[in-house]
Amino acid sequence: MSLVSLKKINKFYKVGAHALHVLRDVDVDIAEGEMVSIMGSSGSGKSTLLNVLGILDAYDSGEYLLDGTPIRGLSERRAAQYRNKFIGFVFQSFNLLPFKTALENVALPLYYQGITRRRRNKLAAQYLEKVGLLEWSEHRPSELSGGQKQRVAIARSLITQPRLILADEPTGALDSETSHQIMDLLAEIHAGGITVVVVTHEADVAARTQRIIRLRDGKIATEAASTSPTPSTSTSTSPSPSPSPSPSTSTSTSTSTSTSTSPSPGSEQAG
Amino acid sequence: MIDLDSWQEIFATLRKNRLRTALTGLGVFLGILILMAMIGFGSSLESGVKKSMTGFATNAVFVWGQRTSVPYAGLPMGRRIDYDNKDVAALRRLDAVDLLAPRNQLGGFRGGATAKYRGKTASAQVSGDNPDFQYVQQPVMKAGRFIDDLDITERRKVCVIGTGIYDELFPKGADPIGQYLEIKGVYFQVIGLFGTRQTGAQADRTLSTIHIPFSTFQQAFHYGDRVGWFAITGKPGVSAAELERQIRQLLAQNHKISPDDELAIGSWNAGKEFNKMNSMFMAINLVLGFAGLMTLAASVVGVSNIMLISVRERTKELGVRKALGATPTAIVRMIVSESIVLTMIAGYLGLVMGVAGLEVWNWLLPRLGSDVPLGPAVVGLGTAVAAGVVLVLFGALAGVIPAYHAAKIQPVEALRTE
Ligand SMILES: Nc1ncnc2c1ncn2[C@@H]1O[C@H](COP(=O)(O)OP(=O)(O)OP(=O)(O)O)[C@@H](O)[C@H]1O
Ligand SMILES: [Mg+2]
Repeated sequence: MSLVSLKKINKFYKVGAHALHVLRDVDVDIAEGEMVSIMGSSGSGKSTLLNVLGILDAYDSGEYLLDGTPIRGLSERRAAQYRNKFIGFVFQSFNLLPFKTALENVALPLYYQGITRRRRNKLAAQYLEKVGLLEWSEHRPSELSGGQKQRVAIARSLITQPRLILADEPTGALDSETSHQIMDLLAEIHAGGITVVVVTHEADVAARTQRIIRLRDGKIATEAASTSPTPSTSTSTSPSPSPSPSPSTSTSTSTSTSTSTSPSPGSEQAG
Repeated sequence: MIDLDSWQEIFATLRKNRLRTALTGLGVFLGILILMAMIGFGSSLESGVKKSMTGFATNAVFVWGQRTSVPYAGLPMGRRIDYDNKDVAALRRLDAVDLLAPRNQLGGFRGGATAKYRGKTASAQVSGDNPDFQYVQQPVMKAGRFIDDLDITERRKVCVIGTGIYDELFPKGADPIGQYLEIKGVYFQVIGLFGTRQTGAQADRTLSTIHIPFSTFQQAFHYGDRVGWFAITGKPGVSAAELERQIRQLLAQNHKISPDDELAIGSWNAGKEFNKMNSMFMAINLVLGFAGLMTLAASVVGVSNIMLISVRERTKELGVRKALGATPTAIVRMIVSESIVLTMIAGYLGLVMGVAGLEVWNWLLPRLGSDVPLGPAVVGLGTAVAAGVVLVLFGALAGVIPAYHAAKIQPVEALRTE
């Protein structure tokens, strides 16, 4: 059974008198343990799709099953519990609370589980250590670099040991070197068995995932196994980063799709 | 309840928005201060007026004789009603009566006499009294004692004088006890000196009184067994009005007065005055309290407003919290506790300042002169506790609408705002 299952999801935005059809009959299945990227041009509905996946946003029709649970009609409280325990979020703009230290930011999801402060801070320190920022515990976000902030955010997304990590352009605000480090971290998380969905514009980021879901004007355009011109090095499940500037490769282990229209990576993936 | 973590969350946000915190706090602070000023002023006015009335038991009844206005039982109208010792005995049998103080005064009610001491004279109200009288009109003994039962039975020629008499007759600092005063050719030995809690003209009159034993008075001034009037207090639980009714009924019966004759017996009850006074002060305090409460309510609306703005400002933060798993309840609790804490801290400071202000007022008051009809303002523990409860309530109330808005924010929209 797939962890995430969207069937004929439609979503509209009211803009004045018109309704903007943002997601059109979107079908997506993501198996547990997969690492998937969502690509598409600006405005194609990637963020909307990810927000629907994260129960941050509602949809108008269709069926969304998260781990077999229908999401429609979920109470606010249950939705909050899902967001807290089941899903971890990583945002392009980090979304750390500026008045809290790195440690407090990482610990925040546990606060909403009613875990004691002592235990929370202990766990938060462990996760900060995992992302290599233990000595930055007491710093506020304004004192951290972009990459550091994103690592704090990733530590925060992991602290509740979620089964699904949703990242909306996690490298969008970072330089390519830092992007690599963040992708290494996400790959490592994935290697640990967590399902990861990444929205990205960058081909080399997408290339490090097992599968690419392409959106065009709110429709699934193609769903392709991430391929590369040099399918020799398979690193998809490897936690170690590939230092190569060219997109690292992964041969699909996913069974979900076969309609692979091998795109030329230089042109289309960058779109 | 609010645990340590929630406190830290609350103080973090309050610290983060210093100006907002300060402004909101100022509103509540002033609100409480004004409320305190209102309550304090009411209390000051009340204690001021009541101070001038103390010195009387609150359910005291005074009864004297007048002339009949209705012919009755073959007796003509215009007949004088006089009391004597038989009336004392009859009244003493009434269950409702607690203290019974028959009185006589030279020259009648408010009449005057002269007291002499070593060539000096003072105009005095000389009255014959029983020991009970000291519980009706409570004199404050400065030296010696009041009349006692032995004075009555032995008809001793002794007297208790007010400080007004003392000031006129005695050199400053002299001990009056044991000295003899001459009143209408009779010498009385001074056994006590009293002051009063009354103020103004009433105090002056009281302090120019000379009390001598009731029995001595009747004998020395040839009053036979006549009694001028009675000062009577009721047993606990008997209202002054009820006591007055029973006394009038009894006296009317014994003196063959028509039950319809309102004028034959004169009476006055302190309870009526007290009730009038009390209901007046209740009204004043109600108005003042209401005005103060409304001021506080206005400042609470201010808190609510600013909390609402702050919720708008913190849309993003709230969105992040929701994305991380904050339930609507958690959000509501956060905003409401913030509101309560803010209101409470500011309110508490206002209370402290208010109490300090009242202390200053109470310190200043005696220095304004004794003619000011204001007394010390007392804000009791009950009022303070009530103020605290009201603050929490208002704080919560102020937080409800903003909290509701905060809980309604959709996490996506919150995250989208920059
Ligand atoms: N709250 C909204 N109200 C109206 N229209 C919206 C709203 N949010 C998004 N849209 C529209 O929905 C479409 C999809 O938006 P979405 O944010 O999902 O795009 P995206 O693929 O993430 O784009 P980008 O790559 O720029 O982030 C866009 O046309 C956008 O203008
Ligand atoms: Mg987007």
